[in-house]
Amino acid sequence: MAFKQVSSPHAHAAQNTSQVMKLVLLATIPGLAALTWQFGWGSFINVVLASVTAVCCEAAIVKMRGRSISFYLGDYSAVVTAVLLGLALPPLAPWWVVVVGTVFSIVVAKQLYGGLGYNPFNPAMVGYVVLLISFPIQMTTWVAPLALLPAGAAHPGLVESLQIVFAGYSPADGVTGATPLDVFKHSSGLLVDQVYDREPLFNQAMFAGAGWEWVNLGFLLGGIVLLSQRIFTWHGPVGMLGALALMSIIFWDSGSSSSPGSPLMHLFSGASMMGAFFILTDPVSSAVSNRGRLIFGALIGVLVYVIRAWGNYPDAVAFAVLLANFAAPFIDNYTLPRTYGHTDRRRATEKEED
Amino acid sequence: MSRTWVTPGGVHPPENKHQSLTQPIGQLPIPEKLIIPLSQHIGAPATPCVEIGQQVLKGQVIAQATGVVSIPMHAPSSGTISAIEHRPIAHASGMLAPCIEITTDGADTWIEHEGISDYEHISPSKLIEMVGNAGISGMGGAGFPSAVKLNPGRQRPIDTLIVNATECEPYITADDSAIRERAGEIIEGIKILSAILDHPTNIMIGIEDNKPEAIAALAPHVEDSGISVVVFPTKYPSGGEKQLIYILTGKELPAGKLPADEGMICINIGTTYAIKRAVIDGEPLISRVTTVTGDAVGTPRNYDTLIGTPVRHLLEHNQFDEQAGGRVIMGGPMMGFTLPSADVPIVKTTNCILAPSYAEIPDDDPAQPCIRCGMCAEACPVSLLPQQLFWYAQAEEHDRLEAHNLFDCIECGACSYVCPSNIPLVQYYRAAKGDIRKAREEKVKSDHARERFEFHKERIEQAEREKEAKRAARREATQQAKADHLAATASGGAAPSAPATATPASAVPSSSAADIIAAAQARAAAKQANPEDQRAKLERTIASAEQRLKMAEEKLAEAINDDSGKQDKLSAAVENTRQKLEQSKSKLAELAE
Repeated sequence: MAFKQVSSPHAHAAQNTSQVMKLVLLATIPGLAALTWQFGWGSFINVVLASVTAVCCEAAIVKMRGRSISFYLGDYSAVVTAVLLGLALPPLAPWWVVVVGTVFSIVVAKQLYGGLGYNPFNPAMVGYVVLLISFPIQMTTWVAPLALLPAGAAHPGLVESLQIVFAGYSPADGVTGATPLDVFKHSSGLLVDQVYDREPLFNQAMFAGAGWEWVNLGFLLGGIVLLSQRIFTWHGPVGMLGALALMSIIFWDSGSSSSPGSPLMHLFSGASMMGAFFILTDPVSSAVSNRGRLIFGALIGVLVYVIRAWGNYPDAVAFAVLLANFAAPFIDNYTLPRTYGHTDRRRATEKEED
Repeated sequence: MSRTWVTPGGVHPPENKHQSLTQPIGQLPIPEKLIIPLSQHIGAPATPCVEIGQQVLKGQVIAQATGVVSIPMHAPSSGTISAIEHRPIAHASGMLAPCIEITTDGADTWIEHEGISDYEHISPSKLIEMVGNAGISGMGGAGFPSAVKLNPGRQRPIDTLIVNATECEPYITADDSAIRERAGEIIEGIKILSAILDHPTNIMIGIEDNKPEAIAALAPHVEDSGISVVVFPTKYPSGGEKQLIYILTGKELPAGKLPADEGMICINIGTTYAIKRAVIDGEPLISRVTTVTGDAVGTPRNYDTLIGTPVRHLLEHNQFDEQAGGRVIMGGPMMGFTLPSADVPIVKTTNCILAPSYAEIPDDDPAQPCIRCGMCAEACPVSLLPQQLFWYAQAEEHDRLEAHNLFDCIECGACSYVCPSNIPLVQYYRAAKGDIRKAREEKVKSDHARERFEFHKERIEQAEREKEAKRAARREATQQAKADHLAATASGGAAPSAPATATPASAVPSSSAADIIAAAQARAAAKQANPEDQRAKLERTIASAEQRLKMAEEKLAEAINDDSGKQDKLSAAVENTRQKLEQSKSKLAELAE
């Protein structure tokens, strides 16, 4: 009798990386549903188009690298990147915007660095920023939310949307419009209350901008599901949302004309919730320890607010995340947990214990 | 009930303990052969004190302890010593180690033995000696000689005695069933320990809440005994020594310290039973409770197994189905190691033989990339960052690994258990620890060599300086002599015979430099003059070189046989020796001419 030689542990929990990725995909459904409900078919088309492109790119690169295509496509990481990018892009953006962004995300930001697990920057955000800088017009044209459509008008149907995306048809008048963060960016001279009174985007809304608040609630719901499934810990999202709330409270300025907006608006507008639960929780490019992730999240929260309030862009999750990606190794150096039996936490680069 | 503390991390793998608890502890027929490894413990292997062919009785000493940190071995049954040789043993590497084989006679005749019941009036040192002579080593995990653990000579008195009945590994029920059936004797053993340790104030039995029957069995025996049974929630790995100490006392054992440094002793509950048998009954440690379980065996249950019983014997008596599973594990599914074959014997630390079916423990899926999801860090009971350790282990960055406290890893396997990418993390850590230990040893060696070299250099320089000083002195002396001579010729004016007399005069002037030169010349001349000595010396050199060559060639042949990877080095050495030999031979030939 000769037995198989395997090293311990022999038992293994049933979860695998593919399942983690699939769960993340499922958790985006509430957000995608809210986007589709409030802004029409555009986001759905983005997501599908980006996914197809991502799978093709991933397969091509994996083949060029001489690896097993089925094994590497089976981890679903390319689809997750594509879906997140698709959700972040403006609905009804031209097809080539989506394709260029996805190719950049998968080929340059992910595979050229070594594939899954080796990318220092969040691939979806790299794709997004490349597009934002290269094609500012296409990237800042947002569809108006359901509540703000002209009387009798509706979002284009699926066929019409496909024509707009692929054949360059122009959407009907009134279908595009500003976002809540755009409004605040350009509303100097008005008190916050006045903005809320005058702007249909706010006076048609509950608390943070018509349509956007639903989208953010959708992503919040998905995020809570992932949190309850222990896909990630609370540290990153709480760090970011906490810092964002804190910043917007500190600079709220009791709603004066120079106020950058209320905490509620900042938490539930733009990409806040999606960023907090789906973008900065990318474990590959974030800090490692729980404490590190709390600081990493807080840094993103602060940066998002700073760029929104005083920078040139209305929203800033992508820039904030990439900047924090740069800082992650630095954060890691100082945030090692204290190990059992040691009096102090150590630094990752120290040579000998004090 | 006492307060307990909660350790960070931990996992909850399926317990699978009920399968082996349906029947009481069983007894197997005595196996035909018993194989007793000489090293079943931490420390020096025991030294055999029997000969092949010798009759031994059950309980007779067959190997003596070697030094202080060692234990003796006893014959687990009566019979004849049939071999003393290397055999495969229960070791993760599948290595061979020296063993004594006993062919049993089936009579199971005990050697004369007697214990003492009045242990309260025996000195602790005498009790410790009894424990040592009974060959008891820790039966929970590492197998540290118990007598050494209990021996005083420590800085501070022991105020806390922790008895580890956690048994947190899935499947294993050896301690559980032993407590159910032998609670009285176990408590007796703990009382002996208490006497040895001069009655510590806290005596706690730590046990997980998944063993209600065992807890109930202990209850009547601990009443008014000062021993408390502390029950805490089931979580793997609560049974690690460091984890249990924290759970029961809220104190962390500082890195690099032993429990005794903190006034604590932690001992496995199976060991306390062995101590009772040793002291009260005078029986050495020759059997232990071992769980045989897993879906590949017909009837999972516990056996009182003789030390040295081949695993094959256990499996065959349990309708083991070889086709059902691929591996047989000694220990549990988290920290146990696979056996190379069924021929390895049960040792003093073997608490479980697990033969899982493929359905229970399937073959591993290929590892996917690490995405640093951090689930491993959440599971780590000592708050490490397993994902970072993995990266640095791959990159062989030893400094980083040490900064991340690699050596605090207890190899419990919780990280690998939860890893969604199926990465064999613990294996990376084991390999990295081995590499670092090797690098440390090499550093010590190279430091030593460097010191020697620097000392050598210093010595040579010193000698050179002394020589230089002598040369300078000589030069000065010569110049002085020349000057004297010139002065003499100049002042003498007419002294034609001067050169003739001056030579001896200038050479002789009792300057030490001249003496040295003369002595050296004399030595050289003597050497030249004595070819006999020179020949004898060369012949000696040749003889020893021939001897060396022969040995080197033998070693090389051995290495080629073993395929040990040393061939290159050894063949270079052989070549070297051969060249030296030839050089000496040709010199001898020259001399003969």
